[in-house]
Amino acid sequence: MTQDLAPSIVPDARRTRRRARSSRSRWWREVGWRHAVGLIAVIWALFPISYIVSAAFNPLGNVVSTGVIPRDFSLVHFETLLNSPSIPFGRWAMNTLFVCATVTVTQLLCSGLAAYAFSRFRFRGRRGGLLTLLLIQMFPQFLAAVALYTLFTEIGHTIPMLGLNTVFGYTLVLLGGALGQVWLIKGFFDTVPRSLDEAARIDGASHAQTFFLIILPLAKPIFAVSGLLVFVGVVAEFLLASIFLTDPRVKTLSVGLFGLIDSDRSNNLGVFAAGALLTALPVVLVFLYLQRFIVGGLTSGGVKG
Amino acid sequence: MMNADISAAARSRRADRRRAVVGPLLLKVLALGTVVGTAFALTPSLVGQERWLFLAAIWVIAGVLVATYATGRGLPAKYLVPGGLLLTLFVVYPIVMTGQLSATNFGDGTRTSKDETVARIIASSVQQTPDAPRYNLAIATSGTPQNGPYAFFLVDPGSGSVFLGTPEGLEQLDPGDVTIVDDFVTEPPTGFTLLTPSEVNAAGPELAEFAVPTDRGAIRQLGISQAFEGRTTLEYDEARDTIIDTETGTEFTPQQVGDREYYQSESGQRISDQSWLAYVGFDNYLRVFGDDRIRNDFLRIFVWTVLFATLSVGSTFLLGFALAVALNDRRLRGQKIYRAILVLPYAIPGFISLLIWASFFNRDFGLINQVTGLDVNWFGDPTLAKGAVLLVNLWMGFPYMFLVCTGALQAIPEELKEAAELDGAGGFTRLRLITLPLLLVGVAPLLVASFAFNFNNFNAIALLTQGGPFSPDNPTAGGTDILISYTIRLAFGAGGAQIGFASAISVLLFILTGVIAALQFRATKSLEEVH
Repeated sequence: MTQDLAPSIVPDARRTRRRARSSRSRWWREVGWRHAVGLIAVIWALFPISYIVSAAFNPLGNVVSTGVIPRDFSLVHFETLLNSPSIPFGRWAMNTLFVCATVTVTQLLCSGLAAYAFSRFRFRGRRGGLLTLLLIQMFPQFLAAVALYTLFTEIGHTIPMLGLNTVFGYTLVLLGGALGQVWLIKGFFDTVPRSLDEAARIDGASHAQTFFLIILPLAKPIFAVSGLLVFVGVVAEFLLASIFLTDPRVKTLSVGLFGLIDSDRSNNLGVFAAGALLTALPVVLVFLYLQRFIVGGLTSGGVKG
Repeated sequence: MMNADISAAARSRRADRRRAVVGPLLLKVLALGTVVGTAFALTPSLVGQERWLFLAAIWVIAGVLVATYATGRGLPAKYLVPGGLLLTLFVVYPIVMTGQLSATNFGDGTRTSKDETVARIIASSVQQTPDAPRYNLAIATSGTPQNGPYAFFLVDPGSGSVFLGTPEGLEQLDPGDVTIVDDFVTEPPTGFTLLTPSEVNAAGPELAEFAVPTDRGAIRQLGISQAFEGRTTLEYDEARDTIIDTETGTEFTPQQVGDREYYQSESGQRISDQSWLAYVGFDNYLRVFGDDRIRNDFLRIFVWTVLFATLSVGSTFLLGFALAVALNDRRLRGQKIYRAILVLPYAIPGFISLLIWASFFNRDFGLINQVTGLDVNWFGDPTLAKGAVLLVNLWMGFPYMFLVCTGALQAIPEELKEAAELDGAGGFTRLRLITLPLLLVGVAPLLVASFAFNFNNFNAIALLTQGGPFSPDNPTAGGTDILISYTIRLAFGAGGAQIGFASAISVLLFILTGVIAALQFRATKSLEEVH
């Protein structure tokens, strides 16, 4: 067991290849078992997903007749989802897209601007500001859900468009996290040499031009990562949405689909799974596309102080 | 000739720069103009509704924005203000507000002030007499059709005079302010929208309590389009803070019941279940620790919350780390495919996975009982339900740890491993003594973050078990409840909202989250210093 993880040493490998049996057992000890672990892990990771696919295409669409392996193929649930007047799925998707896009863009912009100031300028309260941000981020916004509910009831009395039960109001609440990505992005800005800024300034660029034309384009990878994290977070946001959005027309996908399966856990499974697939597919694709950035982004931002 | 060239080039460069400056400047002026314009536009209706705090907030925001961007000073502020404002408004202020609410008895039945409550009680005793004057009624709202606040637009069919009726009283309007067709208000002044008949029906219960106090009694709704002015049978004696029933002579005075007061007669008869908003100081906190049942609930839930967060972080890290080590070998074919697949549970929006897993644990048809041939009521038993929640959270969380560990493993220099190997350390020893400590330095802050996340992982509980199972005698605290799901149920649950009390628990949660995070950050720091 203790030898399992030994990396191969090249001259040895050539000699052992002559003895076929021992080489196979060696392959197993060094690489093969990794495939075994990987396969088990893949089954563990995939079976619930396979179940969703199976449920989405299973014409009966209830819990009893659905298994992990898809057996039947029917698009009936997708038709119900897209055509049934009682399920405004398209509307939910548009709401979600609007909320996600607005929150992601605003959060990246605000965080990027603040991170630039924290990284490049020296001003009074800089350290204090950074630490305060870290402290505030420790508390998830929804801990104050009760107060937010009361606050937006008040706002709604004056500006009905931004009150409870409106997509705009819900978006506005989530914008409270506008500085959520400052630390991650600042960590990256700190690695961009200052000489670049100085060169730009000497060429006559204003501080705003330096930021928007020089620094921002360089920071694409970190914006991809934090943008993705924000986007996925907002798609999955459920707590505040369930408190804020009660009218079917203003719901997002998370509360909308929850209402669907909550009303009849057994028989609405198929329609729910169809909606879940349509929701998850784009997110998963973007995720896989950006995966190479994510690992580096997560660790670099987390570790750098 | 050459000079001319140079000066032409300089001129065009200057023009370029001017163009580059004019665009942003125009944008800036437009944006600031919009901000100030919005503040101006909102002012009249805010003054009308006497929302002074809101008014002040709007103008402070506008002032801060103008001061930051219209002047050339305070360069860092230009970068910090947008996010900072949003953070202050929707995170910091709500936290402060939570603290304020926690010192009140705010909740169902105590949403109104004492004056409003008295006015409502008096108005709801209005009775229609045969000679009661009638009005043509149009119901409007200055908020939402579902929640109000509502207002009556009344037309006296005899004289044609128009009135605005609110819970504060009756106010005569200039007929020019509204549009009147056939003695009905068809278009209210700005700030109000009329309710459609179906919205009026939907708001029935709220409107049934709505009355406009007048000198002779009060005006109440009579069907969708009529209102009458009736006589009240109750009178309020302000000096003695007593409500008197003019028909029977019974007197009702405020009596304290729990954290709220009601008007009751001497014989204990309550005139209305409507109480009012009051400051209760630290009573809500004393209730958490003073009331035996609540204290037991709170402590039990707290312990489970810590356990849940610890076990979730521990299990996801171990599995993620093990898989990262197993798959971190360049000779492994299909490494990329393994990684792509193992990330999927993290990429799928959490609410979907949770709801699907919830169906797996269904007793009769759920996948788990079907596959294993068991007949276990997973969510019916507190211990099993806890195990189920942890299992699901393991599935949800291990890909994140796998990703993070994979990244950290790749950052560990090969020479270190080789040196250890030369010193005769075996694979497992190397893993334990070299790889794990080095990896922990990088990953520890993320473990802390993950702990804080799971400490308040509302979704995992709310979407799987709804906090259940509940024992029959205790519908407020379930077997898998963590503090946040318990709080949210208290605040918004079916048993009557206890917003003040829920806020007190939120404040405790804030403190707990802060303390735990601080302790762990200190631990992380010491870890970093060691290595």
